Amino acid sequence: MTADLSDIDRKLINSLQDDLPLTSHPFATVAEELGLSEEDVIDRTRRLRDDGLLTRFGPFFDAEALGGAFCLCAIAVPADQFEEVLTKVNAYSEVAHNYERNHRLNMWFVLATESKAEIDKTAAAIEQDTGLQVLLFPKEREFFIGFRVNA
Amino acid sequence: MTLHPKDRAIVEATQAGLPLVPTPFEVVANTLGMSEKELLDRLAHLKKQGVIRRIGAAPNHYRLGMTSNGMTVWDVDDSVVDELGERVGALPFVTHSYRRPRALPDWPYNLFAMVHGATRKEVLEKQKEISTLLGDACRVGDILFSTRILKKTGMRLRRKEN
Repeated sequence: MTADLSDIDRKLINSLQDDLPLTSHPFATVAEELGLSEEDVIDRTRRLRDDGLLTRFGPFFDAEALGGAFCLCAIAVPADQFEEVLTKVNAYSEVAHNYERNHRLNMWFVLATESKAEIDKTAAAIEQDTGLQVLLFPKEREFFIGFRVNA
Repeated sequence: MTLHPKDRAIVEATQAGLPLVPTPFEVVANTLGMSEKELLDRLAHLKKQGVIRRIGAAPNHYRLGMTSNGMTVWDVDDSVVDELGERVGALPFVTHSYRRPRALPDWPYNLFAMVHGATRKEVLEKQKEISTLLGDACRVGDILFSTRILKKTGMRLRRKEN
């Protein structure tokens, strides 16, 4: 998809999205599959990361399994109040991500706190601050994801 | 779930990423004062527990040309939502898929699936594929495109205060 990416780099990006083996020389396994040297795999991976094509390389943690609570929230913000409400909402350190979306519910953010009780407390505080209703969409079930980017 | 202090130290040492060297686990183990074998055993256990999903690369969607994303939402019959949710999640272009509570009357949707694509048109085609998969079990659906990133911070494990 990106013109300036070599075939080898594409294959490497695809391969690096698989689970790395838990062995002393994990990159050697990747290298063998791609017909490259271990050193080449490491150098290329570092370059891809430094160039921003990979955002990180390492373990993916289940944030909830680590402790802590997360909740997707949405607010229907009147257009003429959007920037004012945005400033108030983003001021909360508990607001991890926030996106504007094309819907009546136009502000969607994730609250990340230490506990479920703090989610409710923070949502109530945001309602108090903004005078707008905060809808909570907690995750009830997560479905297995088969996604990978085909570079 | 309470993590063993050693596992917590592993999370803190690796959440920014693994060192890109021939023996990354040995390097991390050394900084934690444990053997490489203990680290590998603990990582294997954390994977088994589901604390670690996988060890690998996070590609930058935008840099790889996947510049459009849409949050597709669906009102799916409660009796089949879990079964269908599994199938939607397994689609190769869906990055997240969750069952969430409805917020009636404004929000009838209980299944969320995030779709990425090179263009908005491609994302809309994928929305159609999901719609076909859900069939009659889905009463109504919608898609919300993000029009602006308002805030984005990495979610990191906070250090426990001693």
